[in-house]
Amino acid sequence: MDAILLQILNGLDKGSAYAMIALGLTLIFGTLGVVNFAHGALFMLGAFCAVTINKLLTLQKIVLSDTEKTAWGTPLELRTPYAEAWFGDAGTWLIDWSVPVSIALALPFMFLVGLVMERGLIRHFYKRPHADQILVTFGLAIVLQEIIKAFFGANPIPQPAPDTLSGMADFGAAFGMEAGVIVYPLWRLVYFLFAAAVLGAVFCFLRFTTFGMVVRAGMADRETVGLLGINIDKRFTLMFGLAAVVAGLAGVMYTPILSPDYHLGMDFLVLSFVVVVVGGMGSLPGAVAAGFLLGILQSFASMNEVKQILPGIDQIIIYLVAVVILLTRPRGLLGRKGVMEA
Amino acid sequence: MNTKTSDTLLLIVFSIAVLAGPVILAPFGAGYPDLLQKFAIYGIFAIGFNILFGLTGYLSFGHAAFLGVGSYAAVWMFKLLSMNIIPAVIFSVIVAGLFSLVIGFISLRRSGIYFSILTLAFAQMCYNLAYSVLTPITNGETGLQITLSDPRILDAAAEGQAPASNLFGLDMISTWETSLAGMTLQFNMGFYVCALILILSFWISMRLFRSPFGMMLKAVKSNQNRMSYTGLDTKPYTLAAFVISGMFAGLAGGLLAAMDPLAGAERMQWTASGEVVLMTILGGAGTLLGPVLGAGLIKYFENIFSAINDSTLHGVFAFLPDGLNNAVSAVLGLFVGEGWHLTLGLIFMLIVTFLPGGLIEGAQRIGRLFTSRSKADPQSGEAQSRPAPAE
Amino acid sequence: MTKFTISRRGLLKTSAVAGAGIAAPMVWSRPAYAYTNEPTGGTVTLGFNVPQTGAYAEEGADELRAYELAVEHLNGGGDGGMLATFSSKALSGSGINGKKVEFVTGDTQTKSDAARASAKRMIERDGAIMITGGSSSGVAIAVQGLCQEMGVIFMAGLTHSNDTTGKDKKANGFRHFFNAYMSGAALAPVLKAQYGADRKAYHLTADYTWGWTQEESIAAATEGLGWETVNKVRTPLGAGDFSQYITPVLNSGADVLILNHYGRDMVNSLTQAVQFGLKDKQVNGKQFEIVVPLYSRLMAQGAGEAVKGIFGSTNWHWSLQDAGSQAFVRSFGQKYGFPPSQAAHTTYCQTLLYADAAQRAGSFNPCAIAEALEDYQFDGLGNGPTLYRAGDHQCFKDVLVVKGKDNPTSQFDLLEVVDVTPAEQVTYPVDHPMFAGGELGKCNPGA
Repeated sequence: MDAILLQILNGLDKGSAYAMIALGLTLIFGTLGVVNFAHGALFMLGAFCAVTINKLLTLQKIVLSDTEKTAWGTPLELRTPYAEAWFGDAGTWLIDWSVPVSIALALPFMFLVGLVMERGLIRHFYKRPHADQILVTFGLAIVLQEIIKAFFGANPIPQPAPDTLSGMADFGAAFGMEAGVIVYPLWRLVYFLFAAAVLGAVFCFLRFTTFGMVVRAGMADRETVGLLGINIDKRFTLMFGLAAVVAGLAGVMYTPILSPDYHLGMDFLVLSFVVVVVGGMGSLPGAVAAGFLLGILQSFASMNEVKQILPGIDQIIIYLVAVVILLTRPRGLLGRKGVMEA
Repeated sequence: MNTKTSDTLLLIVFSIAVLAGPVILAPFGAGYPDLLQKFAIYGIFAIGFNILFGLTGYLSFGHAAFLGVGSYAAVWMFKLLSMNIIPAVIFSVIVAGLFSLVIGFISLRRSGIYFSILTLAFAQMCYNLAYSVLTPITNGETGLQITLSDPRILDAAAEGQAPASNLFGLDMISTWETSLAGMTLQFNMGFYVCALILILSFWISMRLFRSPFGMMLKAVKSNQNRMSYTGLDTKPYTLAAFVISGMFAGLAGGLLAAMDPLAGAERMQWTASGEVVLMTILGGAGTLLGPVLGAGLIKYFENIFSAINDSTLHGVFAFLPDGLNNAVSAVLGLFVGEGWHLTLGLIFMLIVTFLPGGLIEGAQRIGRLFTSRSKADPQSGEAQSRPAPAE
Repeated sequence: MTKFTISRRGLLKTSAVAGAGIAAPMVWSRPAYAYTNEPTGGTVTLGFNVPQTGAYAEEGADELRAYELAVEHLNGGGDGGMLATFSSKALSGSGINGKKVEFVTGDTQTKSDAARASAKRMIERDGAIMITGGSSSGVAIAVQGLCQEMGVIFMAGLTHSNDTTGKDKKANGFRHFFNAYMSGAALAPVLKAQYGADRKAYHLTADYTWGWTQEESIAAATEGLGWETVNKVRTPLGAGDFSQYITPVLNSGADVLILNHYGRDMVNSLTQAVQFGLKDKQVNGKQFEIVVPLYSRLMAQGAGEAVKGIFGSTNWHWSLQDAGSQAFVRSFGQKYGFPPSQAAHTTYCQTLLYADAAQRAGSFNPCAIAEALEDYQFDGLGNGPTLYRAGDHQCFKDVLVVKGKDNPTSQFDLLEVVDVTPAEQVTYPVDHPMFAGGELGKCNPGA
């Protein structure tokens, strides 16, 4: 029982990341009709916002030591972070909280990246075949990750969670169960809540604002909305920015769970496409539902009891589920007819 | 010129170009056996992929699975039967054909991106299982290799080391070398086997494109609904195209193993499937020649650009003054060696942005510069149109 | 583009047959050589085949730095590095056998196919006489097989699987790096001293051949101590998030977690295991412990804080105080500004060992070099007295047991050497069951 509960928590946690990436991807499909293979790279860029902030905060004042030497004979460098040297305790606090603080950078930065990408490149590919869109966005994804590699190297760069949030939460005890059985890392709970808040905010934005209403109308019937004299293109551009922000935020907050490296985006790319398609192209709730569903199923498939019966099932579960769902529900869980079927 | 004459001409020019590959490519540093073989084999792979994608518009994202399966089949033939490549290649085509029949039958129940994801899912399952659980059959991470102790019931027992793959006694690795104008030309047996099969594949694909069957597939691409409304069941046609292209992939996989008896799981990974998609689009989907060019370009970058290192650059620019040499080498160094991916990504973006029809369109534009009929040519119209099958 | 890639080998050959221009193409076939790529000019070309893209790109870059340093030293440049401390004095800094050492590089992408293609390019186009490098066992075994077929020597880089010199060993292939069996044999006594003989171990293993051989080796070694193996769980390569494999550990009754992962898998699984509070957990009245049998400083850097206090083994570490290690760290550090990794060390040693064997044999013939390396004993390369065993072409030397440092003084100072397990303790017979199933075959000079 406790094993199953823990796996559900794992699944929700994984699902949060999948859902956030898939949401942005499906937003771009739904609004602009573009297959964006660079979406994984946006997630990666978000993660590297956190790395950048951390690097900036821990920029070190280097003093060459007069007495001590390194093993290779040059003077030893004594390093103190500028942030600590200038701000004292506040600096230490900033460094400790660098991951959440990075959101402040990621929000405008990712929005800008999204806008530039859309205006500078994607815009020229609306009327082109999907295959061309795949080629150009895949090329862009490679270029972005190579730039990151040139700056930060190929090794993963650890990003610790703030001290107060890196402990364990006794989840079971909070619900009146035996203490110490259902314990779960605090940061992962934070990530889940964060994802829920972001997803909720996006939905509210689309549901309850005029802007969102127009966008939804545009997703359903772009031409009619255009005929009504509304500049739908401009709004769709902003939606691209929003999608980039959601992917970026997912990346920022994920860094303490997964040390980011330049290849992070490619690892999530295929998975996020599977999630989007399983949820149904262009369906926002579908993407979120599929994200959580696949996350949870993936966790269950990894349990020893399951693996003993079906060896290797944890390797293929995502794809197996995708096949089964697509064969039983032609347009995924909540897909609409006619989207991306040709 | 009518289609038939121009096709014959194209085939002849193509054959000459392929057969003269070792001479043509030597000045570009690509005239060595392994890369020549790769050009030919991935050309076959892309030609096969283009039969499905270029004609029907169905974008399979799992074609590498058939290539991988073909490789495994071929290596198993080498292990069990004989080092002669004939049974190995035939077996790999058959196995890949059966695989593609099953996967195609299921995946073709959906279209558009749903089809793409289904094929992707099947290929990823093959890859993940081959890497781990199926290790007894695939030898997992290491890849399936031939060993001294394999039975090989048709061959004489080998001594000392595992035998080389051959065609009735002609070793695939045997190479004749000659020196011409300061370059070493290498004429490799394996390459010529691949080259002949490439020309054959090209001819088959040309016939397919021109056949009623090919017309039917193009009709499916342009409007599948209308086809259905006329009372025609399109599925047998698309399935046939899928299986044919799967068999081409199997053939390519079998040849890979025949040239170098090893089959690794990463041949089936999604990146490998993506690579053939990129080759085809880059060259020009739906054209006869495009996919072969695309395959050549990507393999060239992978093998040649990745090999250029700082000292090579410094050597090339040795005529510059020291400081300038260092600066130029440092800048170019970002794009070669460990940065070859960056160059590849930029090339993808540039070509697809400025040459919507792929390399073939580039070639056509250059060709048009030298001919005066540009105004009269109906295909020289707006950039948005897909180029017609190669001319 | 033409300018870039005119084959160097082509140029050489032309100078060899001076005057043979367009007018008089000379035809010959390979058997004209005594062995593959016999160097005929004043230079000899080595092929450095390392991962430049993909998950191990950083290790590949470090390997390449070490190779360049080695070539510099072989040609008499720099401060000579370990040439001064190496027990064999055959090399004098004037190249190998009087020929200047040149090199070509390639990208393995950590894929068998790409690695073989890259190695073939070096052999067929660039005339490389030896191939070395790599950062994973699958690639090492694939390239080793290729070198055997083509008749050149393969000096393995970082490869830790038992199979490389076990069931997939080849007469043309040589490994300086240690292997999974040695990790187990070296770690076991230290683990017993630290954690006692009554422990329950839980294995998380990367689901491919290297992971399995390490799991087998470590389980055998720890069970030899009296430990109980609770469970062995296979995880997919590149799983990223390992939470679904870690939570079952929490309530499994195990009190030691053994992570048979390498590279990014190791970084992620270790970070996450620590996140799940395993390091602070009490089970069966004992402190819960995590062990990472194969450590690397580059990986430790990726895992950050999580490595503190975690035991593992490594082939070499830059903080070693013997003369050889110090000489190497000094020349590497002065050239690049940071200390070398174990991958850099093993590749540097392999290059020197190859050069030395060629010099002693007086030839570049792979069979002569193999003979010179077989059962060769040497010292002064940082690992103490070492034997290149003839039976399986594996080096036998001391193995370091290391621990994640609690108070690192710099970003490179992450591991501390806890114990040096002497070579005798990690030596095994050639026909040990974990290494059985293959045969070296005969050395192949090609041609």
